[in-house]
Amino acid sequence: MLAKALTWWTFFQIALNERLVYRGDFMLGTLMRFLPTLTQIFLWWAIYDVISSRPDQNLDGEIAGYRYGDMVAYYLMVTITRAFSSMPGLTSGVAKQIRSGEIKKFLIQPVDMIGCLLVQRVAHKLVYYLIAALPFALVFFLCRGFFLNGWPAPDAMLVFFLSLLLSFLLGFFIEICLGLVSFWFLEVASLGFIYMLLNFLLSGHMFPLELLPDSPINLRAAVDWLPLKYLAYFSTAVFLGKLSPEEMWRGLAIEAAWVVFFIVLARWMWSRGIRRYSAFGG
Amino acid sequence: MSNSPNGTQPPNPLSPPTRGANYLRVIATFCRNSLIRDMSFRADFILQCISSMSWAVMNFMLFKIIYRFTDSIGRDTGWGEYEFFVFLGTIWIINSLIQTFFMQNFDEFSDLIRTGNLDFALLKPIDTQILISFPRTNWSQLANGALGVALVIYSVTKLLDEPEKHLQLSVFTVLGFILFILCGVAVMYSVMLALASTSIWLGRNQNLYDFWFYITNFYRYPMEIYQRSGVGWALWGTFTFVIPVLVVSNIPARVLAQPLGTPWKWWEWSLAGFAIVAAVLSLLASRWVFLMALRSYRSASS
Repeated sequence: MLAKALTWWTFFQIALNERLVYRGDFMLGTLMRFLPTLTQIFLWWAIYDVISSRPDQNLDGEIAGYRYGDMVAYYLMVTITRAFSSMPGLTSGVAKQIRSGEIKKFLIQPVDMIGCLLVQRVAHKLVYYLIAALPFALVFFLCRGFFLNGWPAPDAMLVFFLSLLLSFLLGFFIEICLGLVSFWFLEVASLGFIYMLLNFLLSGHMFPLELLPDSPINLRAAVDWLPLKYLAYFSTAVFLGKLSPEEMWRGLAIEAAWVVFFIVLARWMWSRGIRRYSAFGG
Repeated sequence: MSNSPNGTQPPNPLSPPTRGANYLRVIATFCRNSLIRDMSFRADFILQCISSMSWAVMNFMLFKIIYRFTDSIGRDTGWGEYEFFVFLGTIWIINSLIQTFFMQNFDEFSDLIRTGNLDFALLKPIDTQILISFPRTNWSQLANGALGVALVIYSVTKLLDEPEKHLQLSVFTVLGFILFILCGVAVMYSVMLALASTSIWLGRNQNLYDFWFYITNFYRYPMEIYQRSGVGWALWGTFTFVIPVLVVSNIPARVLAQPLGTPWKWWEWSLAGFAIVAAVLSLLASRWVFLMALRSYRSASS
């Protein structure tokens, strides 16, 4: 048991140090990542300007319940939730390991591949938060005026943090499952691309999901049945006080259920996959 | 060129070449080779076309949704739905031209520097800037441009259907549109060339595509949205006069969509004139940066 914990700890440390090498580049990169948000602020400013100048339209200067400040705050908060749920390179990494035969090392060593990848991801994310904390704090301090409601209530704050942790697990296991598809198909890049596209559109990354049209297809209702909205929209909406306490906790439960579903699916795919795996390459 | 009297004999490769014609032939050969290469992986080619187009379609959907709530971007700017879609189509065209002809080459240029393979490019009897700018043409990215042309044509027809818009189209507006698109491509080409050249000094291996993404971020919307508050005007000034990417998208789109109608106001004329000056100046400046950078190049590895 102790030996096992030690193994995982070593994996964790290696991944941690790997990431700390590029910290300067990283911090700059994080600040750059807010440039699109800057243009978004100006875009929405111009749009809300038009809406508030026309009281006859019965919108009260709101779009789907979002005031201008809410909208900007939404985009800012999404950068945080995305920092938890996005897993760059995970699907393609798993697919590459399977295709190149690299996963053989997990078949002969008493180390679980999914667990190993999870520990590495946790380490990478922790380093990221450590280094990105400063630029994030700076940007959020400068933009504090956009958060019209101030800090959320304690229970919303709790749900927010829990949902962030779950969204990390959800993002991780969805991408693992996509990567494991390459046991059956050689090429999963296009699958990963479709996922990325749907994710962008239906997770709330691109805009608040309330903006989705309900005709001709009722997309707004459809996203409630998908796990994608827990990757960006849900945590953000909780933080901005968009959901009632009841909706909040129910959402959290559904999110947890999705996480369990994808953990089980990944396990099942792994056990089926290695049975038909034929270990190409050296 | 020593042409034989009967005119059928191919030009003698040893005769002193006319430079311009030869450069064109080299570039044409590059383009043809890339097309042959692309066509040998046809399924992959089609997938790439689809993937680049789907991003564009998503962008389109975002604005389709936004225009359900508002009828223009910015008060009294004239960027109504179809005017803005002319703008969007223009961006797709410029983006696709840059990505088809240059992006991959600039990305590989950074690699050439890091690996020291730039040595071989320097040795060849051809202008190095041409040689590194054109070798690989990414034909699949042209799909986006075609989509852009379609969107522009569709939106312009829509605008023509609305008599209260008073849209004036003539051969000159179309020619102007093409001219300013080319100016835009020249500016973007220069920005990317200058950025790629800096990797000689900085040895940076950060992805050039990231920079492309961040810079194009600023020209995606009409410039009017920046014309307010201190930060906004600072951004507008920087991206109009220092790195002139705002004129890249705004001027050609203005020529066709005429958001404030015709005749143009004085500042629209000045910006259009400035776009041409900016294109020429950026080409010269980026050439200078490139040559300066080459001077500091020391080969890498063995």
